[in-house]
Amino acid sequence: MVLSPQTMAAVRQSGAIPGAEYLLSAEGVRKAFPGVVALDDVQFKLKRGTVHALMGENGAGKSTLMKILAGIYQPDAGEIRMKNQAIRLASPLDALENGIAMIHQELNLMPFMTVAENIWIRREPKNRLGFVDHGAMNRQTADLFRRLNIGLDPESLVGELSVANRQMVEIAKAVSYESDVLIMDEPTSALTETEVEHLFTIIRDLRSQGIGIVYITHKMNELFEIADEFSVFRDGKYIGTHASTDVTRDDIIRMMVGREITQMFPKEEVPIGDVLLKVENLTLDGVFRDVSFEVRSGEILGLAGLVGSGRSNVAETIFGVTPATSGTISIDGRQVDISSPTEAIRNRMAFLTEDRKDTGCFLPLDILENMQLAVLQDRYTRAGFVQEGKLARDCQEMSAKLRVKTPNLYERIENLSGGNQQKVLIGRWLLTNPRILILDEPTRGIDVGAKAEIHRFVTELARQGVAVVMISSEMPEVLGMSDRVMVMHEGRVTGFLDRAEATQVRVMELAAQ
Amino acid sequence: MSSDIANPTNTTAGSVAAGAGTTRPEAIRRRRMPPEFNIFLVLIGIALIYELLGWTMIGQSFLGNQQRLTIMILQVSVIGIIAVGVTQVIITGGIDLSSGSVVGLTAMIAASFAQASTWSRALYPALTDLPAIVPIAIGLGVGLAAGIVNGVLIAYTRIPPFIATLGMMVSARGLSKWYTKGQPVSGLTEQFNFIGSGIWPVIVFLAVAVIFHVALRYTRYGKFTYAIGANMQAARVSGINVERHLVKVYAIAGLLAGLAGIVTAARAQTAQAGMGISYELDAIAAAVIGGTSLTGGVGRITGTVIGTIILGIMTSGFTFLRVDAYYQEIVKGVIIVAAVVADVYRQKKRAKR
Ligand SMILES: Nc1ncnc2c1ncn2[C@@H]1O[C@H](COP(=O)(O)OP(=O)(O)OP(=O)(O)O)[C@@H](O)[C@H]1O
Ligand SMILES: [Mg+2]
Repeated sequence: MVLSPQTMAAVRQSGAIPGAEYLLSAEGVRKAFPGVVALDDVQFKLKRGTVHALMGENGAGKSTLMKILAGIYQPDAGEIRMKNQAIRLASPLDALENGIAMIHQELNLMPFMTVAENIWIRREPKNRLGFVDHGAMNRQTADLFRRLNIGLDPESLVGELSVANRQMVEIAKAVSYESDVLIMDEPTSALTETEVEHLFTIIRDLRSQGIGIVYITHKMNELFEIADEFSVFRDGKYIGTHASTDVTRDDIIRMMVGREITQMFPKEEVPIGDVLLKVENLTLDGVFRDVSFEVRSGEILGLAGLVGSGRSNVAETIFGVTPATSGTISIDGRQVDISSPTEAIRNRMAFLTEDRKDTGCFLPLDILENMQLAVLQDRYTRAGFVQEGKLARDCQEMSAKLRVKTPNLYERIENLSGGNQQKVLIGRWLLTNPRILILDEPTRGIDVGAKAEIHRFVTELARQGVAVVMISSEMPEVLGMSDRVMVMHEGRVTGFLDRAEATQVRVMELAAQ
Repeated sequence: MSSDIANPTNTTAGSVAAGAGTTRPEAIRRRRMPPEFNIFLVLIGIALIYELLGWTMIGQSFLGNQQRLTIMILQVSVIGIIAVGVTQVIITGGIDLSSGSVVGLTAMIAASFAQASTWSRALYPALTDLPAIVPIAIGLGVGLAAGIVNGVLIAYTRIPPFIATLGMMVSARGLSKWYTKGQPVSGLTEQFNFIGSGIWPVIVFLAVAVIFHVALRYTRYGKFTYAIGANMQAARVSGINVERHLVKVYAIAGLLAGLAGIVTAARAQTAQAGMGISYELDAIAAAVIGGTSLTGGVGRITGTVIGTIILGIMTSGFTFLRVDAYYQEIVKGVIIVAAVVADVYRQKKRAKR
């Protein structure tokens, strides 16, 4: 039986549907894309007032299933029921009217519109003349933010917000639909611990109101902290659903990847050489001041701090994206003038940026083209011609090493799962064969198995004498991988911690001052 | 990448679902169907419709008339030369509205250095009977200069391409009128006229198309052009000197518009300030019909060549069927919009599926 959204809304309002054990359920769902079966006879059942985590490797089909529930993709087969009524979700609007809202893995806000405009888009309060009532809209936003304890100005432009704050806006927007089901696709991949705690408070509050929350994450600790139940997917197949109190982290990993992962942070002590990169009194007016540090060959320097502390800005400045207003950068003891990324690459630096969509992926281009663009500056070309064969072979090898899941390298990067896009971007920079590697949130959106592999890569590069600067909001990653940790707070360096003395508490003390 | 990091020690126990986590080695060779294929089918479809209408309405073959097809392709060659440049500009996410005016300007200036001494009203009586290479070089120089001005304005002052090239469109047209105070430039040398004679314009068009097809597909220049259109920020972070590259692309577009101006003047054996009016729109139409996306990052020269021929065959077919010129323009407009709608639809479908 298929009911119109209006009927459904009425039924929902009445509140009582006998026998509705599950809030939302999907069964026998199948979805194929050209060359890939993303979902194969999958089921998913969400109970009222619970947080249900979805786990699985990159490309397992989690986002695809949620996009089906949010009306973005149409399934090839399967049945979706909301409060025991079969429903059809032909569009995102349909899903919203059925009480399903989704926060996407990639941010989807309009940068040139204000926070309030973004939240109430297509639902703007109107005045008597039918024009948008900005006053009312900003008040509504302020109310919403007060309820969620978010300290943002409704009138600021989204484009000027940090990634983390944009994520908070997305969350507020999804909550504002007052839906019964809230889907969150890796909401914390751009957040630091403080904000994650904040988000969890919001989630617990929503849960106590009877809302069902679907929570996709690659972070195991979050699962135990917030989820009541979890379902695991592997290669488009449904593996099982369990209560999160019943299992250990190793159980889950085994379900996810079908094998054991022995060591999470394969950090090895490698010989540490001479100072490779030295930064002195680096300042970018209004953003950060007097940042000084050095990284030795073979050393991994972790950069910790809260969002907005200026970690990413320092990285961008070193790489010439936003040249410094004062201060010096030296490589091998020689002062260098890095006024553009071109210059930085010439000095054999590589920089994986934080925002995959804005500064990373070339969405309309294929995987091969995405991987090769940074390396073409000085290699793989002869008289301006690209040495396609050699380059394709090396890209192929790299994508195999990073385990990029794709039918072939001529797939548009847009069609890859989030984690696989990230792997392609890592591959882009590893191909340049850097001496100084700056990584900003390198494992964002990457599954446990691949994460360990990427960490192993980084360790291996360090062994070969590469100097690594790694920014990460994930404390275990920073602590697990770094030889030293530099902590920043509001644009200033507040301290350095050696590997032995770096603990979560010490880092947080310095980060919060 | 050094090879010892190629195989990070594998701690995996048990088997990973084979082929799921990794790409298969042979997969790299498989290419998708070229996107031009659909456009090519459209071209064939249009030709067949004319053939059918020809037999039923006036009892003649459309495709059977070799001469008509030759004239058709001669007529669109100049548009095609411009469109090759415009395609590259659109791939970077920009637009070039100035090419038609640059055609007019280069036609005038080149012609003024190509006049024969036998012509009594030569603009520079002291500079007549020059070898054809002189007006050609000057013409190409003028086009190149116009393109560089466009490029520098767009890349370094961040004026939107639409505005910068709109300015050039108006100014270049003004310049070409001012140059002779509106008088045409005639009496050109045999040698100069030769470039516009016979099948030469078509050869120039095809040569230009082949060169830039190769450049876009196989050179660093091409890869960077697509990258800038796909994501300018990411291109910058990947070490591409975006500003310098944009100047190159607009300079090439200007150069090709200049070349088109030379061919136009040689073909007409005279130059007038009004030459090339609205050519920029036909060139943009050819690119868009050929699958170049106005949002940037997508487009190919082969598509543009087919798009150019579609434009030509439409006009030629209408003339063949003796359809009123007014209708021709109306239908042309509809087809251009249809091409853009098809592009938008394709993108939507890709996003949704
Ligand atoms: N629009 C699309 N076109 C083609 N293939 C697609 C498309 N969307 C997803 N896929 C493929 O479907 C599979 C599942 O992708 P999905 O995004 O659901 O993975 P995921 O579990 O969310 O992974 P991640 O943890 O990396 O986000 C992947 O192999 C992906 O390449
Ligand atoms: Mg996903």
